[in-house]
Amino acid sequence: MSNAVTPSAAASRPSVKPPLWLLAELTYACPLQCPYCSNPMEIAAIKQELDTSHWFRVMQQARRMGATQLGFSGGEPLIRRDLEQLIAEARRLGYYTNLITSGVGMDEQRIKAFKEAGLDHIQVSFQASSEELNNFIAGTDAFEHKMHMARLVKQYGYPMVLCFVLHRKNEHQIREILDLAVALEADYVELATTQYYGWAFHNREQLLPTREQLVNAEKVAKEYQDKMKGRMKIYYVIPDYYEIRPKRCMDGWGSVFLTIAPDGTALPCHAARQLPGLSFPNVRDHDIDWIWSESPAFNRFRGLDWMKEPCRSCPEKEKDLGGCRCQAYMLTGDAANADPVCDKSPHHHVVTERIEHVNRLAGTREFEAKPLVFRNMKNSRKIAGSSVLSNARETAESE
Amino acid sequence: MSAASNDLAVPELAPTFRFQWEEVQGCFVILYPEGMVKLSPSAGEIMKRCDGQKSVSQIIADLKTQFPQTELETDVRRFLEEANEHGWIRPKMRISSP
Repeated sequence: MSNAVTPSAAASRPSVKPPLWLLAELTYACPLQCPYCSNPMEIAAIKQELDTSHWFRVMQQARRMGATQLGFSGGEPLIRRDLEQLIAEARRLGYYTNLITSGVGMDEQRIKAFKEAGLDHIQVSFQASSEELNNFIAGTDAFEHKMHMARLVKQYGYPMVLCFVLHRKNEHQIREILDLAVALEADYVELATTQYYGWAFHNREQLLPTREQLVNAEKVAKEYQDKMKGRMKIYYVIPDYYEIRPKRCMDGWGSVFLTIAPDGTALPCHAARQLPGLSFPNVRDHDIDWIWSESPAFNRFRGLDWMKEPCRSCPEKEKDLGGCRCQAYMLTGDAANADPVCDKSPHHHVVTERIEHVNRLAGTREFEAKPLVFRNMKNSRKIAGSSVLSNARETAESE
Repeated sequence: MSAASNDLAVPELAPTFRFQWEEVQGCFVILYPEGMVKLSPSAGEIMKRCDGQKSVSQIIADLKTQFPQTELETDVRRFLEEANEHGWIRPKMRISSP
């Protein structure tokens, strides 16, 4: 660790701002099987989880550079038996610590232990507002337990974020979802429209909401935002497939977010592993300072110089930074292209064709009968095989 | 003037927020689930004093001692109102004026 005692290189180089957000994906193991999971399809092939001391080192190095937010995620982070230790160390270092969980694997004893270790916040995900649909989407019998956990999270004084991932199969429950959040006294609600990466990309056709669903969801979300003002903060993000300008993805490549995957691979976002031609560094081989400031992968799409047309000459390039590199790759085959969500992109039609297709066929029996592929190790081995790139590329070619 | 900046109000940090100095940023910050607000130097000085011990009038007096050249009272009250609206602080006890 050459940088253990010297001042941070990133802090001394004005061009590279330090990371603020460290997302620690502790494991890809998960008792749930949500078909919209943003983890890569190759989870079964990614082995060798970092151990406790690796994580301590990662957290120390990122904190020294200036990271303040730390998310424990996965997979399901509760599976890690050392989670209490990791939380305690994170808190000692001065992080604001977020546990992003399904609630499965949690009990009162652990909620209490996390509190004592210094955990700041727990985000509990729900798959739907009803037991039946929730358990179907999660691929497990979890709804009642989640309800119980959410109540305990509040009881122990944590600020609580409830996260609902929205898609065509549950978007009609928007009102019931918000009523559930109100009943559970959530402080924040994330109505997280499915983003099409990883498993969600594979299941895109079955998950894309219809225009009609979105109009309704937006209306209801707005209604509750007004009604709950000052008591509950509701974040609602419309799915970018229905936009004509791309999202400012991750607030820029290598700008704010640093994801460390379970095997130690450092990524500018949790979906970036699939991008070809980039060699993402591993925390076993390099310290965070070098990874963030110096590694070729983290510099590849930093700033604006990498852009091609139409982004290069676009007056809005500093606003959206050309959108998402992974989406550009998945939908156009080149990660340096404009995100095709943008209607200035010559590839914009791959997005509009996809949503028109869904809007035309949604609700018809044959179309809705196509089964969702659930996220589990068996399906990962079957579909993704050993190649990290095959899936995204195949689907891109079939556009 | 609302309750939050009333002379007798005793503001304290709300339990669901964290307030701390960030060396790399060179400023005080407020942290909450998945977010951070960087505070200006003056906002940081005010927040630092919202400790559940001092009343608003004591906070103002204390700031006046440390920054005697500045006319700060209106700004302090305005900031406390804002901080209260954001939910960063809450009145520890509220003694209503007679």
